[in-house]
Amino acid sequence: MSELKSGSNLEKVLNAGHFAFTGECGPPKGANVAYLKEKFEYLKGNVDAVNVTDNQTAVVRMSSVAGSALMIGEGLEPNFQMVCRDRNRLAMMSDILGAYALGIRNMLCLSGDHQTFGNHPEAKNVHDIDSMQLISMVKKMRDEGKFLNDQDIDVPPKMFIGAACNPFADPYEYRVYRLANKIEAGVDFIQTQCIFNMDKFRDFMKKAVDMGLHEKCYILAGVTPMKNAGMANFMSKFVPGMDIPDSLIKRLKGVDKKDQAEEGIRFALEQIEEFKEMEGVAGVHLMAIEWEHMVPEIAQRANVLPRPVV
Amino acid sequence: MIVADRKSLKEILAMVEDNKKILIAGCKGCVTVCNVGGLKEVEILASSLKIARKKQGNDIDIDIKVLERQCDTEYVAEISDIVGDYDAVLSLACGVGPQFLSEMYKDQIFYPGVNTTFFGGATRHGVWEERCAGCGTCAIHNFGGLCPIARCAKSLMNGPCGGSSKGICEVNKDTECIWDAIVKKKMEAGKLEDLIGVKGIKNWRTARDGGPRRSIREELVQGNI
Repeated sequence: MSELKSGSNLEKVLNAGHFAFTGECGPPKGANVAYLKEKFEYLKGNVDAVNVTDNQTAVVRMSSVAGSALMIGEGLEPNFQMVCRDRNRLAMMSDILGAYALGIRNMLCLSGDHQTFGNHPEAKNVHDIDSMQLISMVKKMRDEGKFLNDQDIDVPPKMFIGAACNPFADPYEYRVYRLANKIEAGVDFIQTQCIFNMDKFRDFMKKAVDMGLHEKCYILAGVTPMKNAGMANFMSKFVPGMDIPDSLIKRLKGVDKKDQAEEGIRFALEQIEEFKEMEGVAGVHLMAIEWEHMVPEIAQRANVLPRPVV
Repeated sequence: MIVADRKSLKEILAMVEDNKKILIAGCKGCVTVCNVGGLKEVEILASSLKIARKKQGNDIDIDIKVLERQCDTEYVAEISDIVGDYDAVLSLACGVGPQFLSEMYKDQIFYPGVNTTFFGGATRHGVWEERCAGCGTCAIHNFGGLCPIARCAKSLMNGPCGGSSKGICEVNKDTECIWDAIVKKKMEAGKLEDLIGVKGIKNWRTARDGGPRRSIREELVQGNI
């Protein structure tokens, strides 16, 4: 067991060699704490850490740092998401320090969905630094105890640093090298985009393993259970960077409408079983979008319970 | 060059609503090249405004003048004799023009007749595209001669993001993903190594973020050249 960088539960679980299982929780479009706490209940004890999204799809919601702090108060471990769209380097470093002070130990560094997709498309975006540079900034803050300007930080934030990876975006042949760049920037773990095209993901992981990338960071495979064929169709057509094979849409359409959710869950469970055995995959990141109440059942049926206590 | 689009006739009519006599000032610089503020466009706008106002039963007198450049005080001075003859002056130059005019003729009202959009060029007849963000520190040689600051929707220096699909940017189906082009160019040239490693954080002080900018060429200021 190597020395811990942050001491987060997620880091300890991965470091001990367990197959990690993380979840996701979108904060409310308001200050509705009760709504959040209800979601927390579905996730508690069923996952190792929970991603708290940062104005996902560029829609304004309660801040990810506040959502993460509320989560800690309820006994769950957050994975604090931060996007480059809304903050410059000053605000980012400030929020990272604040997040750490509130007990947050994992963070996920992202570019952020473009604001034209969200509910304030008139907004000015920031993009002072990009997600790759954000990773290196958090690493510098953690390992060197310095701000970007090289001045000392009084109690550095010891974060377990995560990032995303989309093997299904183009140009495909470059994606594994971009992952390697994220590792060089200092990433400790990766959560991939939702995987539906298993053939392509197998090929991607083979390339990553051939380059030894799985030995330099933990790769968690992204899983999203489809609620129905309509959702699959919509994501295929309208969500950028999604690769949904026709075979999956056909499979969902092949059963009665009332049984499509179950078929979607079955596909997700089959994926999780394969990921458990796939070389280089260290865990699963379950993105049950607005379907948090299904997480306990999915975790149970995926045989990932109880979660390890390290 | 600087690219601009003309404001709608409706918007311009609203601007000059209270004016009875105006001058439309064109410019022979960039706006002539991008067909928005040269002699032809000035004449067309003058006719359109006159017809529209006639329909309203509220005739307007319009004179026209196309300056050599509106971004140079020497040429802006050319209208000093006539500028006071009008209720207002409508400039069809880029955003620089009506400001140079406003600064020189403090008692006159100047309206911008165009929306200045970007630094770019014509990719085909009638189509202009952005190429430069004027960030003040050009580094396109590090990106295969293509600028991700101006041409990536997120100005990524380490792209492409997860929204790149078949060479198209997720933000607009008519926009190419410049990072797709950068990667393909490097790969085809066998220069993948240029894209290995992290491109460092940019210093934005030379961009607009450092405050309004000024460029001083000492040899010219001193009159040596």
